[in-house]
Amino acid sequence: MAEYGKQERDKPWIMRTYSGHSTAAASNELYRTNLAKGQTGLSVAFDLPTQTGYDADDPLARGEVGKVGVPVAHIGHMRALFDGLPLNQMNTSMTINATAVWLLSLYVAAAEEQGVDRKVLRGTTQNDIIKEYLSRGTHIFPPTASMRLITDLVTYTVKEVPKWNPINICSYHLQEAGATPTQELAYAIATAIAVLDAVKATRRVPESEFGTVVGRMSFFVNAGIRFVEELCKMRAFVELWDRVTRERYGVTDPKQRRFRYGVQVNSLGLTEQQPENNVIRIVLEMLAVTLSKDARARAIQLPAWNEALGLPRPWDQQWSLRAQQILAYESDLLEHADLFKGSEVVEAHTRELVDSAWAEVEEVLKRGGAVEAVETGYIKQKLVESNAARLRAIESGDQIVVGVNKYVEGAPSPLTENLDEAILTVNPEVDAEQRAGLARWKDERDNAAVKKALAELKRAANTDENLMIASIAAAHAGVTTGEWANALREVWGEYRAPTGVAGATVKAATSEAAAETINTLRNRLHDLEARMGRRPKLLVGKPGLDGHSNGAEQIAIKARDVGFDVVYEGIRVSPEQIVASALEEGVHLIGLSILSGSHLALVPEVAERLRSAGLGDVPVVVGGIIPEADAERLRSQGIAAVYTPKDFELDNIMSDLIDLVDRQHAAE
Amino acid sequence: MPPNDLSDDAQQVMSADKAAVSRALNLVEDRRPEAHAHVAALLGKLKDAPKAVGGHRVGLTGPPGVGKSTLTSALARALRQRGRTVGVVAVDPSSVRSGGSLLGDRARRSFDPTDAGLFVRSLATAGEVGGLAYAANSAVRVLAAAYDMVVVETTGVGQSEIDIVHVADTVVLVIQPGSGDVLQFLKAGIMEIPDILVVNKADHEELARRAAADLRGALRTAQAVGAAGGPDIAWETPIVATSATKGTGIEELIETIDSHRRYVQTTLAARRRQGEVQWALDLFSRRHGEHGVSTLGGVAELQARAERALGGDETPLSLCEHLSREYVATLGQTP
Repeated sequence: MAEYGKQERDKPWIMRTYSGHSTAAASNELYRTNLAKGQTGLSVAFDLPTQTGYDADDPLARGEVGKVGVPVAHIGHMRALFDGLPLNQMNTSMTINATAVWLLSLYVAAAEEQGVDRKVLRGTTQNDIIKEYLSRGTHIFPPTASMRLITDLVTYTVKEVPKWNPINICSYHLQEAGATPTQELAYAIATAIAVLDAVKATRRVPESEFGTVVGRMSFFVNAGIRFVEELCKMRAFVELWDRVTRERYGVTDPKQRRFRYGVQVNSLGLTEQQPENNVIRIVLEMLAVTLSKDARARAIQLPAWNEALGLPRPWDQQWSLRAQQILAYESDLLEHADLFKGSEVVEAHTRELVDSAWAEVEEVLKRGGAVEAVETGYIKQKLVESNAARLRAIESGDQIVVGVNKYVEGAPSPLTENLDEAILTVNPEVDAEQRAGLARWKDERDNAAVKKALAELKRAANTDENLMIASIAAAHAGVTTGEWANALREVWGEYRAPTGVAGATVKAATSEAAAETINTLRNRLHDLEARMGRRPKLLVGKPGLDGHSNGAEQIAIKARDVGFDVVYEGIRVSPEQIVASALEEGVHLIGLSILSGSHLALVPEVAERLRSAGLGDVPVVVGGIIPEADAERLRSQGIAAVYTPKDFELDNIMSDLIDLVDRQHAAE
Repeated sequence: MPPNDLSDDAQQVMSADKAAVSRALNLVEDRRPEAHAHVAALLGKLKDAPKAVGGHRVGLTGPPGVGKSTLTSALARALRQRGRTVGVVAVDPSSVRSGGSLLGDRARRSFDPTDAGLFVRSLATAGEVGGLAYAANSAVRVLAAAYDMVVVETTGVGQSEIDIVHVADTVVLVIQPGSGDVLQFLKAGIMEIPDILVVNKADHEELARRAAADLRGALRTAQAVGAAGGPDIAWETPIVATSATKGTGIEELIETIDSHRRYVQTTLAARRRQGEVQWALDLFSRRHGEHGVSTLGGVAELQARAERALGGDETPLSLCEHLSREYVATLGQTP
């Protein structure tokens, strides 16, 4: 038998599961079992307060503690998180951005306590704050300060923690925010350029060592269901990065020019309807990032089949890990050289992507680079437009989603027979436990040392010294995450990013039927406006710390397009702010979007505050990842409607909203 | 619909009760004909409020993207720190296609939601050509009765200034370094000269200096060609450089706005009266068109009538009501 192309078996990629919830102790247990199941690296999910720099006792953290990840407020939590897990043997990926400098400081400090030399630490901090302004939304500070934090971490680790990947430039979240493959490539490359240029400008790295910095850059990429195109996208990334590192930064060592990337395959395309189908989607998407030996991911984490329903359980995550293990260890994939070298189809499509992406990179550079294009809202607006086009294609049926807009009929799934048990629920006591633990921590530590460490941190922030040094000292002193972030808030202030919705244009309906639906809605709204004397006004609010704004943005744009006056104020708006806006703006209807699972805490609070402000009559609807039992509870508390990912037909939602305003008007 | 007796409402507005202010704004936005009389009555009750008489109405205008919202935010925050209360009317464009609008600007404002001394209302232009929303004139008057300073923020260059000068005591034009088109408008005399010019996004000193120099040049050219100066010819338009994101220049802008308010003190009543006359004519001609205007004797005649009538209890809205009735009556007489 011919052994064409056969070679020695490749080493498999690092296999991880993005996990963490409730408490450091509970997450530690989870990590131990995951490693026992054959996982080869850890991927820490932090809760939103930790990601956005708040302690559990902050009013903004209400309902969010331990929900989408583990709370880590101080070195005690970091110790507990890695209890029994020797840090010199771990490869730890931390999805952390605005507070990355702080969490890495806690990690380094915890390693020092274990007697581990920081030179041997391996892992990754996401540390891509630029994309947070565009998607995900866990940024805290203005762009200049964020760039400072990014470069401090990069320049520190290159010298002090040389095996660490200081940044994962994320195209992942750009795709989640609607980016086309071209946009994903272009904006990720532009971000990497912004980071490298900024590192260069610090003059902390000698010219001769700049190649090392370039070599430590890594990427975090998404893979969607159009897996052939995604496969080409990865190859295009390899080519583009090679070009940038060679031409722009003059890196001669090909190893330092290698496009190193990790992957989480697409969560956005996972469906709430017939959720078992998601397993097939996940596997196909994994192929896109593994089949090419020349553009293969170095680390992969897969979502779970039931993510659109709520938080996955350990068994659900295990199923995804098994998919990786079967591909890597059972199949013959790793025995072969690159499968696509010389393929006309793959090479031609890769070329197209390289060319279109490069043109867009140049457009961004012309606009002053990625940071400037974020601040002006240019990139955000592009993403919002692409996402609107994507949703429209699904709604019209031009883009087929099995089980959603085609082949909808099917036998009931035994996997979801008991839906509320098919997801993980976080113990609501966690919130109070964390607050109590935090109070004890603050009681028992040396508060004079804490005060000194915070003063030193603020002093350093006002200079151009590397903040890692003051932060590691603060970690040892017992400073908390909220204290660290607040100290820097005092120095730099906070930043709200452009929403990108105001200028977004949406292409006119493609089919006659779609155009007619829109016209019907517009006419109904127009008629309602004439009867009310004022155009119906909708407030779209995103309470809590969750920054996933796609849903809110798309509802806002669609509502504008059918004729509502829409007030949308961006992410992380407190219940008080929502009620103040509702009052001052004189709105007829309020839509809340919450994806972090904290709806049972936040929605009733908004409703209660509306009543106290005399706005109890204003109808409230809620959208998000909300289990049916919770939806039932919210409706029984007077919430007019609850929408989940299965309600993808925005026209129907608009129709409901018009009905609600109409009914309320008739009642007055 | 509004309650029958508006006295309580007017009182509550004057004491800056947010719920009452919001209700009053909802009322002035109401386009139904049956609401007109109520709006006129309410504004009549508010027009002599102490804050309305002694307060300050500032129009902030300029091309899109120059950072007006961020500047408004920074200005409001600085004013609140000085203990002055602020009402903001943010006017945003509506979609021509659907009539709907996205009022996203508040996203840039991070204020204490429990602050009773700050009120922000966004209005959509609803297809108004002039740039100011249908209800903006009235909304300014409602807020003026409740807050020390009212800031009206509008987008546009050219037409909208003409609108804004009718509601504002002080017109501030905001541009950023490199706004060549604004310079051209100014030089060509298409644009009325504002009371204050702001070069925002002046993060880069050299650029800001150059932009200010260009503006000074454009202003001289404008004056030379005899472009419409503001009502106060002797006032020399100051140029202020600000960076709303860094918070620089804000104090200077407040000083400049205040000094303009002191400057117009003696002519303020006349300036506001002029604005009201224009507003009354706009309202009437919008409702009844050319035919209405000519039937009642033409623009000059109506202007003269408005100048005589406004002052006592008559407000632009009530005057417009009276003129409307008169016009409709003449229509009845002609077969």
